[in-house]
Amino acid sequence: MAEVIRHDLIIVGSGIAGLRAAVEAALVSKGKLDIAVISKVQINRSHSVCAEGGTAAVLYPNEGDSFLLHAWDTVKGSDFLADQDAVMRFVREMPKQIYQLEHWGMPWSRREDGRIAQRRFGGHTFPRATFAADKTGFFEMQTLWGVLQRFDNVTFYPEWMVTKLIIEDGRYKGLIALDIYNGTLHMFISKAAVWAAGGGMRMYSFTTYSLTATGDGFAIPYKAGLGLKDMEFVQFHPTGLIPPGILISEAARGEGGYLINNKGERFMKKYAPERMELAPRDIVSRAMMTEILEGRGFEGPNGLNYVHLDLTHLGKEKILERLPLIREVSIKYAGVDPIHDPIPVRPVAHYPMGGVKVDINGATEAVGLWAAGEVNSISLHGANRLGTNSTADCLVYGAITGREAALYAMEHDDFPEADIEYLKQEEKRIFDNLMGRESGEDAYHIRRELRATMDKSFYIYRNENDMKEGLKKILELKEKFEKVAVGDKDPIYNSDLVYTLEIENMLDAAEVIAVGALNRKESRGAHARTDYPERDDKNFLVHTVVHRTVDGPKITYEPVKILFWKPIVRKY
Amino acid sequence: MSKMEVKNIRFVVKRWDPKDGRFFESEYTVPVYRGMTVLDALIYIKENIDKTLAFRGSCRMGVCGTCGIVINGKPRLACETQILHLNTDTVYLEPLHNLPLVKDLIIDHTPFFEKQNKIKPYLIRRDMEEYWNPTREYLQTPEEHLRYMQFTYCLTCALCYAACPTTATNPDFLGPQALMNTYRFIADSRDEGRLERIAIIDNPDGCWGCHLAGACSEVCPKGVDPALAIQLLRREVAKIAFGYVEPVEGAKVAPSLQLTEKRITKGPPEFTVEGAEEKLKEFKIPKTIPVEKSK
Repeated sequence: MAEVIRHDLIIVGSGIAGLRAAVEAALVSKGKLDIAVISKVQINRSHSVCAEGGTAAVLYPNEGDSFLLHAWDTVKGSDFLADQDAVMRFVREMPKQIYQLEHWGMPWSRREDGRIAQRRFGGHTFPRATFAADKTGFFEMQTLWGVLQRFDNVTFYPEWMVTKLIIEDGRYKGLIALDIYNGTLHMFISKAAVWAAGGGMRMYSFTTYSLTATGDGFAIPYKAGLGLKDMEFVQFHPTGLIPPGILISEAARGEGGYLINNKGERFMKKYAPERMELAPRDIVSRAMMTEILEGRGFEGPNGLNYVHLDLTHLGKEKILERLPLIREVSIKYAGVDPIHDPIPVRPVAHYPMGGVKVDINGATEAVGLWAAGEVNSISLHGANRLGTNSTADCLVYGAITGREAALYAMEHDDFPEADIEYLKQEEKRIFDNLMGRESGEDAYHIRRELRATMDKSFYIYRNENDMKEGLKKILELKEKFEKVAVGDKDPIYNSDLVYTLEIENMLDAAEVIAVGALNRKESRGAHARTDYPERDDKNFLVHTVVHRTVDGPKITYEPVKILFWKPIVRKY
Repeated sequence: MSKMEVKNIRFVVKRWDPKDGRFFESEYTVPVYRGMTVLDALIYIKENIDKTLAFRGSCRMGVCGTCGIVINGKPRLACETQILHLNTDTVYLEPLHNLPLVKDLIIDHTPFFEKQNKIKPYLIRRDMEEYWNPTREYLQTPEEHLRYMQFTYCLTCALCYAACPTTATNPDFLGPQALMNTYRFIADSRDEGRLERIAIIDNPDGCWGCHLAGACSEVCPKGVDPALAIQLLRREVAKIAFGYVEPVEGAKVAPSLQLTEKRITKGPPEFTVEGAEEKLKEFKIPKTIPVEKSK
């Protein structure tokens, strides 16, 4: 039996939110706290590196931008489901985060006058997407990882996968994690923790996500009794590259790219005459799917029909300077050079608006546990997130939760106590059951079926019948999973075991998405139902919160905080 | 594009078993379609043929730096290597060289990361108050930005480290990545740590250890060119040795904002909830942000 590992503060996840939380906690504690960062991947390789287009912040009020305008754009973009107190705090705290990263080394792109450059982005009235070429998230990760080396009170646990959160009577106590290198399970105890384990939509097959972004961040707190909020809202980014689904940044349209159907038309003029290609993502994605479904798309492989994203008129120089990654991946993965030819694209699963329910400080329902970044739902993004607000969310809420959790840990001298029985149960579940079975169901087969189900039933246009069938299938797959056998029995770096644990997490997260979607009988933001095509503010201007019970998921609804602007008809 | 032609390709994987510390080989036949990458093939093998094969992979788009392995003798990212572009019927895979083995294609990056972090991979400034509590950005023109930008694209994938002949013979050598990154910060007009940085690399295990093989630049998947950076780094060291001292003061903090012509005229709509003005005070948000008038 391994011994219990203690740290004052544990941060789970090493993406932008996790690393930002770690820096803030290290700063606030002035070397007094013993801080740990646990990550399923190597510390600087989290999915945040894939963020491309930019980070939203009000930097130029003298040129017409304002906090209220950023707040309004975000609220309108959210289809009025965002909590307006959270939005207001977020826009207020954002500019400092940009300057902070800049001082640590972030290579933000520049204007001629030496100041930080910004570009246009979907749903934002002012060009406030702060960017570093088209690898913004990559550079944010690089900068945060770099500056963390200034502190010697942070211990890293790379390639340790958290399998369980220990929460008793509404109090966070610790967690259990698998050391992937050795195949051993360990119990961690800490006074406080920041849950920044990331979102992840790998339960879809056509997705922008890294292979490692599997929704663990949702499933583990859910199983520990915490509520998940607004999970039915899954963002489909308009431009996923055909065939792999790799993200083609919205920056491509921010810099002036056109969306073109097979008749050669810029079809967005029918759907958003004012904002055109730079309408919010839910609107652009629906427009593209309508074009494809009505036969104005191009035929693609495996049924992945598509439209064209045309950048050829931007010129070689602009593409090379502003969109180098877009060009690189188009050439490498689709054989298309955007300088000369249009890029084949189709809406792609990209971001969950929902997540672990938290308050305006990022505190979860469990005392001593905060959640930051994509994994939480404050709710800042409501029913549809604007591009560039997610990396911004990670920075602001990484810093807020890092500070809150560090202050909490400093105020408490004693560590919580947790029964070692938790570790024994987890060992039994993983080593005796999953790995102990000589034969059983194939986890990869379950994963393939789950992905096909999500792609079919919970894509852009949804309806009662498809979703009911989808949920039924998810429940069948969950049952099958009970008999899964891990094929590889070796303790050392057993990625077969890791993938299997991930698949279980995907199934749990998928079920909550399905249940939330079935019960929201309206169309709002990213949740579009053909059987209920209108927004219904009378019945559904509320957040869905799902808790796990012995009888399955239990839904409650909570009011939206509408402090400044009442909902209006959403047009662009 | 809708029809997939498939060609069977033989994969030979050089694996390492941590239990007995021995190498062994496994062979797999994979149906390869156009556009399929080596990482796709590894996933295919894992899902359909051999669940025990261990490898890493994450972003599958050449950004995270996770999946570096040796493919047909050359260090590459598995996710960026299209199988049919290799033009062979047999693909030979090995773990990266010059780093400790964990299992099969998995290596331990720890020594590599330790070196990368030893060179202080962050801006060094003297005014720590501004550093931790920023008021505005440090000014930097697009030309100044371009001087170091090329060297920021490093993924820390360790392909250069695996290809470097000096690293292979001298485990204390900092390696191409760390040296390149040192130059990246020296070339950054905001940095004030030139002398501190040079003190770390001005020795036989630093920039003088490089034998100019240039293998690092040849294998770099992002065209970062560490070999060039090392040459430029040596020039910086030489300048100091010859008594040429550049000013140590980095870029200045930008002046406060001047009132300029507004780029847009349409602001947010008026509040529609009663008591909103009062509520707004809690968030300390000015309705208009005070800016200095231009002279």
